[in-house]
Amino acid sequence: MTVQPEPKASVLARCGQIVTGLREAAGVGAVIADLVSLRAYETDGLPAYRQTPLAVVLPETTEQVAAVLAFCQANGVRVVPRGAGTSLSGGALPLADAVVIGLMRMNRVLAIDYADRVATVQAGVTNLAISGAVGGEGFFYAPDPSSQLACMIGGNIAMNSGGAHCLKYGVTANNVLGLTIVTMAGEIVTLGGAHLDAAGYDWLGILTGSEGQLAIVTEVTVRILRSPEGARAMLAAFASNEVAGAAVAAIIGSGVIPVALEFMDRPAIHACEAFAHAGYPLDAEAMLIVEVEGSEAEQDALLARLAAIIRRFDPLSLRLAATAEESAAIWKGRKGAFGAIGRISPDYLCMDGVIPTSELPAVLGRIGEMSREYGLAVANIFHAGDGNLHPLIMFDANDAASMAKAEEFGAEILKLCVAVGGCLTGEHGVGIEKRDLMPVQFSADDLDQQRRIKSAFDPDWLLNPSKVFPLGAPPVLEAA
Amino acid sequence: MSGIAEAPGDDAGIVAAIRDAAAAGEPLAVSGNGGKRAMLRPVRAARGLSTRNLSGIVFHSPAELVLSARAGTPLAVIEAALAEHGQHLIAEPPDLGRLLGAAAPPTLGGMVAANLSGPRRISGGAMRDHVLGVRAVNGEGTVIRSGGKVLKNVTGLDLCKLLAGSHGTLAVMTEITLKVLPAPEATMTLVLPGLDAAQGVAALAAALGSPFGVSGAAYLPAAAAARVPALDPADTGTGAGVAVVRLENFAPSVAYRAGRLAEALAGFGAPRQIEDDGSRALWRAIRDAVPLPVAETDAVWRVSVRPSAAPGLVDALAATGARWFLDWGGGLVWIAAPAEAATHRVVTAATAAAMGAWMLLRAPEALSAGIDVLPPPPAVLARLTRRVKTAFDPRGILNPGRMYAGI
Ligand SMILES: Cc1cc2nc3c(=O)[nH]c(=O)nc-3n(C[C@H](O)[C@H](O)[C@H](O)COP(=O)(O)OP(=O)(O)OC[C@H]3O[C@@H](n4cnc5c(N)ncnc54)[C@H](O)[C@@H]3O)c2cc1C
Repeated sequence: MTVQPEPKASVLARCGQIVTGLREAAGVGAVIADLVSLRAYETDGLPAYRQTPLAVVLPETTEQVAAVLAFCQANGVRVVPRGAGTSLSGGALPLADAVVIGLMRMNRVLAIDYADRVATVQAGVTNLAISGAVGGEGFFYAPDPSSQLACMIGGNIAMNSGGAHCLKYGVTANNVLGLTIVTMAGEIVTLGGAHLDAAGYDWLGILTGSEGQLAIVTEVTVRILRSPEGARAMLAAFASNEVAGAAVAAIIGSGVIPVALEFMDRPAIHACEAFAHAGYPLDAEAMLIVEVEGSEAEQDALLARLAAIIRRFDPLSLRLAATAEESAAIWKGRKGAFGAIGRISPDYLCMDGVIPTSELPAVLGRIGEMSREYGLAVANIFHAGDGNLHPLIMFDANDAASMAKAEEFGAEILKLCVAVGGCLTGEHGVGIEKRDLMPVQFSADDLDQQRRIKSAFDPDWLLNPSKVFPLGAPPVLEAA
Repeated sequence: MSGIAEAPGDDAGIVAAIRDAAAAGEPLAVSGNGGKRAMLRPVRAARGLSTRNLSGIVFHSPAELVLSARAGTPLAVIEAALAEHGQHLIAEPPDLGRLLGAAAPPTLGGMVAANLSGPRRISGGAMRDHVLGVRAVNGEGTVIRSGGKVLKNVTGLDLCKLLAGSHGTLAVMTEITLKVLPAPEATMTLVLPGLDAAQGVAALAAALGSPFGVSGAAYLPAAAAARVPALDPADTGTGAGVAVVRLENFAPSVAYRAGRLAEALAGFGAPRQIEDDGSRALWRAIRDAVPLPVAETDAVWRVSVRPSAAPGLVDALAATGARWFLDWGGGLVWIAAPAEAATHRVVTAATAAAMGAWMLLRAPEALSAGIDVLPPPPAVLARLTRRVKTAFDPRGILNPGRMYAGI
C-alpha cells in the first residue's frame, strides 16, 4: 500500500482552534467535525484506502471556499478537495491532518445559453445534471463517464474524465471554456469564459486533469452540443482477442470513426451476461460494441459499412440493432459491467492503462498469463478506439495477501502499458493509487518540471498533498 | 534582431544552445521558420535559436490516429503524409504568411506554439486539443517530456497544454505528437447571401444548434466576401454580407444534411450550394484570413468572443474604419484597421465589454513594442504567469517579452 506522510503534529494539536476558524470562514452549518459524521468522507471510489479527516467543510459559495483556503494557508493546514467521491484512484482520500472541502452544496446551474451553446454551473453539479438541464432543448454535455449520475463537474475537471463517447466528442479538457478557481492562498480567479480561445497561457488546459493539485474549481462553463438525430449500436463476437483487435484497427483505418467502440473479453462477457441478461455471445472470446449516429438512413448506411468490414474477420455473430430499444439492450451489459464484476467477486480493482491499439492482442495475452501467475481472475473492458484498457482485477479485501497480490498485479499491468508505448492512466487519474508508479513513465526531469508547476500554484504544497507525485521535498521556485 | 542564429539538427544541439545562452545570461529569440516573427511583441535578443533543422515525421500510425514529427517539420509535409492515408489535421491550422509578410512555410512547432486553429475549431477543437505529447527543452537546457503517443492520457500535469500557445516563452519544443483523423469523404457549403451581421450570426447559431454536424460557420461582410473567388458574384454583389456554413461527411450524409439544414435555415433565405473543390477553396481562404482586406500599414487583431456578442462588437468598431469578418459562428472576429493606439483601445474595450479575449496579431513595431498585445492578466494571474514562466525558464531567456512586457 502506498505510504502516507506523517500528519503534522502541530496541526493535530490545534484541531479545536482550526474547527473554530473554519466555522468563522464558512459558517457553523458548513463544518463537520464529529467523528461519526466524518466517517462518510473517509474514502472514495478506491475503498482499499481509508482515513478520517480532521474536519469537513461544505461551502455554498466561491467566497466561502476562498475564506476557508485563506485560513488553511495561513495556518499551514492541508486541504483535500472533494466532489462526489467516486475517484477510482483515491484522489479524494483524506489525510489525518487535512480539511476536506466538499463541493456538493455548490450544485446550482447558473446560466444556459443555447445561441452560444454554453452552460455555466457550479462545481458540485453532477455530470448528468448538465445534460438533464439542457436536454429539453435537444442539447447535451458530451463527456459521459459511467459514473455520470453521481460524479460532479468539478471532479470531472480535476480528473479530465472521459466516457464511452469521447472517441468522437473528446474528453473533459476538450469541452471546457471557462473556470472560476480559488488558489490555496484564497484568491479567486476567473479563466476563459464563454468564448473558444482564452487569452494567455492555457490555464484551462493545465487545470483540467490537475487532480486538485493547483486550485479548487468552483464554477465551470462547458460547451453544450445539439444531440444527434439518433444513435444505434451493433454487437460483433469474435473467436479470439487477436481477431477482434484486428477488426478494431480495420475499422479505424477505414475512415469511419464510430461514436463508441467498446471491447470486452471472455470473462467480462460472461460476468455482464450473468448480471444483465443482455443476450451476449457466451461462445465468444471477445466482443465489440460499435455505435454510430445520425438519421435512420445514415445509421443504416454506417452500420452496413462497418458490418462489411467486420465480416472480413469471420465474426461468430453480428447483431445490428434495428431500434433504439435493441441498442439499449446491447449497451445494457456493458453499462452494468462494474456491478456485474462486483457480483462475482467481493472486491475488484479497476485499472485504467492506455496502450497503442495495435498492442491489444499481445497485452491481453500477457494479462492472461499474469492472471494465472497471480492466481487472480481478471476481466478486460476496453475503450478500443482510443486504447484505454480497464482490466478489473478480482480479489478479497478481507484477505491482506489477496489484496497485496491484486495491487502488485495491477502495477505490473500498468508497467506493461508503459513498456508497449502507452501510459499509466487514461481517465481515472494518478491519485494515491499510481503515485509511486510515476517514475515508470516519467524521468526525474519530467517529474521535476511538473512539480515546479505545482509549486508555482501552491508553494507550500498544502493542496491535496501526497497524491500524483512521489513523496519528496517540494521544489522552491526562484528566478535566477 | 538575432545576431547569431543557430539551427541545430538534434536535441543535443538545442540543449547546448540554451545552456550556452543561460550561462551567458543572454536571451534567445526562438523560432521555427520565423514566419510568425511579426506576431505579437518583438523579441529583443542578441541570439537566435531555430528548430527548422529538426525536421521530419518520426512516426505515423494511421490505424491508431497518431502522428509524431520533429518540431521544424513544415506543416505541408505533414499534411501531405496524412493525405496519403486519407487523413488530416483536425484543427485545420491556418497559413498566415500573407498576413504576417512571411514566405517561409509554417512549421509544426510554430503552429502548436501559437495554438492557431482554423474554421474547424468549432467542431473539432483547437490545435492544443490534439497535442498528445511533446518533447521540449526548458530554459535551463533540460529535456522534458509530457504526454505520450496514445489518444488518452491523464498521467500527471498536462504540460503539453501549457506549451501549446506559449509562443516559445516556456520551452523549445523539439518533437510533437498529434491526434489526427480521417479526412471527410465529401464537403459542401451552404451560402446565404443578403444578410447583415446580426442576421448572419443568427443563421450561424441556428446551423450550429442543429444536429447536422456543421464544421464551418463564417460571416463575410460584402467587402470581405468580394475577396473570395470561390463565392459567386451573384451572392457577393448584393451589397450585404454572406453567411457560409460547411458540412463535411460521407457523400450521402452531406447530401442529406444539406437538405435538412436548408430547411432549418429557411428563415434566412434559400441557400445556394458549393460542392467539394469549391467548398474546399472557400474554407482554405477563410482559414488563411484571405477575406480580410488588409493594407500594408494596418494592424490586425484576432478576437475571440461569445458568438452572439460579435455583431455588437463590430458595431462598436464602426468609427475606426476597421474592416472585419467572422469565423467560428461569430466567435472569432478578424479585424484590420490603421495601426493606431486609439483604434487598439476601441478594439480592446469592445472585447472587454463582450467578456472576450483579444490578440494584437500584427502591428508595426512602433506600436506593438509599446502596448499590450494580449489582455493584461489581473494581478493574481499575472503572478501565476510569472511563476509558471520561472518554473520553466528561471533566467527568462526564452523569447522574453514576446507575450507580455517583462515576462
Ligand atoms: C462506477 C464508476 C464508474 C466510473 N466511470 C468512469 C468513466 O467512465 N470515465 C472516467 O473518466 N471516470 C470514471 N470513474 C471515475 C470518477 O467517477 C471520475 O474520476 C470523476 O470525475 C470523479 O468525480 P467526483 O465528483 O466523484 O470527484 P472526487 O472523486 O470527489 O474527486 C476526484 C479528484 O478531484 C479532486 N476534486 C474534486 N472536486 C474538485 C474541485 N471542485 N476542484 C478541485 N479539485 C477537485 C479531488 O481532490 C480528487 O483528487 C468512475 C467511477 C466509478 C465509481
